[in-house]
Amino acid sequence: MSEQTTDTPPEQLLRISLRVNGVTRTASAPARRLLSDFLRHDLGLTGTHVGCEHGVCGACTVLVDGQPVRACLMFAVSAQRHEVTTIEGIGNDPENLSPVQQAFTECHALQCGFCTPGFVTTITAYLEDNPDPTPEQAREAISGNLCRCTGYQNIVSAVCRAAEIRRDRSDRTEIDQLVDLGTPDGEGGSRA
Amino acid sequence: MSTRQFGERVQRREDPRLLTGNGRYLDDLGLGALSAAFVRSPHAHARIVDIDIDDAWEVDGVEAIYTWEDLTGRVAEPLPVLIPHPALTHPRTGYCLAKDEVNHVGEAVVMVIARDRYLAEDAAQRIRVTYESLPVVVGVEAARAAQTLVHDDAPGNIAAHLLQEVGDVTAAMEAAPNTLTIDLEIERSACMPMEGKGVFARWDADEGSLRIYSSTQTSTGVRAAVAAKLGMPLAKVECIAPDVGGGFGVKIMHPWPEEVLVPWAARLLGRDVKWTEDRREHFISSSHERGQLQQVTVGFDDDGHLLALDVQFWHDNGAYTPYGIIVPIITATQLLGPYKPGAYRVEFWSLFTNTVLVTPYRGAGRPQGCYAMERTMDAVAAHLGIDRAEVRARNFIQPEEMPYDHGLMFQDGRPLKYDSGDFPASLAKLKALVGWDDFAAYREEAAAQGRRVGLGIGCYVEGTGVGPYEGGHVHVETSGRVNVATGLTTQGQGHQTVLAQIVADELGVRIEDVHVTTGDTRRMAYAVGTFASRGAVMSGNAVALAAKAVRAKALRIAADALEVSADDLQIEDGVISVKGAPGTSIALSTVAVLSNPLRYAFDESSKAATQFAGTFDPDKPPVADDEEPGLEGQDFYSPTQATFANGMHAAIVETDPVTAEIRILRYCVIHDCGVMINPMIVEGQVHGGVAQGVGGALYERMAYDESGQLLNASFMDFLMPYASEVPHVETDHLETPSPLNPLGLKGAGEAGTIPVTAVIASAIEDAEGFPVRSMPISPSELWELRRMHAQSPVPVPAQEGSR
Repeated sequence: MSEQTTDTPPEQLLRISLRVNGVTRTASAPARRLLSDFLRHDLGLTGTHVGCEHGVCGACTVLVDGQPVRACLMFAVSAQRHEVTTIEGIGNDPENLSPVQQAFTECHALQCGFCTPGFVTTITAYLEDNPDPTPEQAREAISGNLCRCTGYQNIVSAVCRAAEIRRDRSDRTEIDQLVDLGTPDGEGGSRA
Repeated sequence: MSTRQFGERVQRREDPRLLTGNGRYLDDLGLGALSAAFVRSPHAHARIVDIDIDDAWEVDGVEAIYTWEDLTGRVAEPLPVLIPHPALTHPRTGYCLAKDEVNHVGEAVVMVIARDRYLAEDAAQRIRVTYESLPVVVGVEAARAAQTLVHDDAPGNIAAHLLQEVGDVTAAMEAAPNTLTIDLEIERSACMPMEGKGVFARWDADEGSLRIYSSTQTSTGVRAAVAAKLGMPLAKVECIAPDVGGGFGVKIMHPWPEEVLVPWAARLLGRDVKWTEDRREHFISSSHERGQLQQVTVGFDDDGHLLALDVQFWHDNGAYTPYGIIVPIITATQLLGPYKPGAYRVEFWSLFTNTVLVTPYRGAGRPQGCYAMERTMDAVAAHLGIDRAEVRARNFIQPEEMPYDHGLMFQDGRPLKYDSGDFPASLAKLKALVGWDDFAAYREEAAAQGRRVGLGIGCYVEGTGVGPYEGGHVHVETSGRVNVATGLTTQGQGHQTVLAQIVADELGVRIEDVHVTTGDTRRMAYAVGTFASRGAVMSGNAVALAAKAVRAKALRIAADALEVSADDLQIEDGVISVKGAPGTSIALSTVAVLSNPLRYAFDESSKAATQFAGTFDPDKPPVADDEEPGLEGQDFYSPTQATFANGMHAAIVETDPVTAEIRILRYCVIHDCGVMINPMIVEGQVHGGVAQGVGGALYERMAYDESGQLLNASFMDFLMPYASEVPHVETDHLETPSPLNPLGLKGAGEAGTIPVTAVIASAIEDAEGFPVRSMPISPSELWELRRMHAQSPVPVPAQEGSR
């Protein structure tokens, strides 16, 4: 070991502000900080995982303005003024799972769980556009994400099951709204 | 009446946490820790002439730079040979940081520690290492030819040579009416878990203690290795495997250099230090598996019964042998599968090459062994013109011959003795599932449409649940919460669920009240690790024994409190009651209070317990001589030998007549892992195993060039299957309980992977009509084979040996 010197100037830090999961978050980071690292290490949102850092595996997929994006292929600075949704924004409460999360546990669509947040974000966005996929479409929808554990077939099932849960919940929400409004169509009386 | 959990498709207790971003994998820990990065060798074989680190110090944020010269004590010594073997005559291991010489691309040479990983990598890039190149050995053939040596003092590049023989093979072969000799090749692949390796270390200067988190398959092993390397008392070192993002074998190797260096630096610097492997590092410095050349000579009668089997193979062990020769030993013994080989001789050479070291990858030597045996079965069938399933059936060990002793020594140093299995029944199920007898008609129909299809089959037996032991600890809190600990780690196999299922039933509590901790040396200091499909067998039985002990103690205390006989009591949903008189009862949580005669009413349970306080004898101590306070118990399970699971796969493939593209149309699995704790999880293991097998059969290979550069060290170039490449897997089960353990379990972790390469080779061969002898196979290779066989139109399934 030789003596430490600090001849080079420290790297310039930027104040980076992002809307993440509906909240504005700010931290100092260099311009080269990847969005994935910024979310994980500067904002502490460790649900977004990094599997390859070259955009192939999909583990780091987050939604930027609702569209799936590889967080390892985007700089944090360039995500400013955009709406970022991570797995924590899709559902952070183990007691209250989103439809896709619920479908994953019902269908045993995860094992080690490392690639799972990337699948959940990808599928969540997909079902917004295609709420009623066939199993073949479901398979295609997940074919950009790598999983080394499950063999995918339970993930395919989970995509279809998630679509069902979404429909089921939206029906129930409609009933709840009707009940709240006190219309005679609602069952089970007022929730007020 | 509570529902029995064992055997049910219980949803996983770990899922909600992992699904919501609340998992804690290695890199999720240690916010603010210093970060390590490594300068790794760009050469496959070279002498280190000089290392210049001056420039690197100029990077702002650099905290430390270490070369081998800076290492102290045993950290500077070579890494251990973890599993020595008498046949491993020339073991070689590297150093934590290379000393004088590097033997593969990716070997760590310098460690840089900085404020964050970006800065550590900046500094690493400024380090100039001067090398003097040395000749390089790549691939089994070059290693075997031994024109060049990897280690000057390992003649012939031979690390190990082992021969086992049962019966007189030479005589049996000479007497055999038919013989065939088959040359086979199987390529290198790798586990590639989605989470790479990682280590985070925290030095506590006040306590003089070290806490290590590692993405490992054995936290007790890492703990012991680090304590030994750092010269620390074991009691001052803790190791925890947090959530681990897949292992498949690569994380059972230990200690990895980084597992020693990061804790060592943390102690030296008095700071938290973390290293998270990136994907390129994983490709070039974490272990691979599978590469072998094989030659099988088989003697058989005119009905296809094996009379003699003579196998030689050459195994690529990479540059070092820290994990011993477990992989080739498994190939040598497990290739026998469900068959009686007649006289059997197997001989292997484990060879050094200038490539990344080779340690177990899911299946651990078995995919290669199964490939050798099943290619042989197909060759025998082709030679005699007998149905391939029929040839297999004629050589099966029969159910009434169980337990069946092959007379060989298995990887655990114990006899290769199958405990259970019904191979004819499995084959009947497989043939029904895939429609074996209807395939000829399907093939004709396809041919009429200009399509080319083939049917393949592969059978295997898998030694699972190897010892020596695992432990279980069960503790009932006064709240009724049941804490279960086992030292074995988890990488996604659902241990927190299946172990909870076992304990819930054994103890008589709701599964919601059972909480399982794995791989934490603070909770269970004695453990071996998660590998060889041993988790459920070893820890499952251990926690069952521990739960039984706790149940007995709870009943004893409750019997005292209720003034009844313990034999009259039952436990359901956490309540102990008198059989036939459910009104007379006491909650398990209350018994937990009574078990610990502490006179503080600190919660509701302890208040409730006061009503039972009048039964004590003033002449006896509150805790009897042969008792301990607390409602907890610990036990260990240690079997005399491994269990043997088995299975059979069949696949239908279609090969494109023009492009030679290979598509799997159907994939069927019959699986026997004994009694299933949770069929949903077992099936998940099978699906995942098949997917990895498909990767190994069709896509994955480590493409080294002649200078030892790995040309495909990224997910862009190393092709792992996506959902678009993995077929739907149809499964059916056969449960032949193991007589070796109380729960009747056999392991299920690796089964799915083992026969896939053999099955796909068999199916392609069937579709094409010429032998497939080298796997994995790409469309271009199949196209090339077609061209070759078109030139010599008489297909020769195998060389005919001299008689």
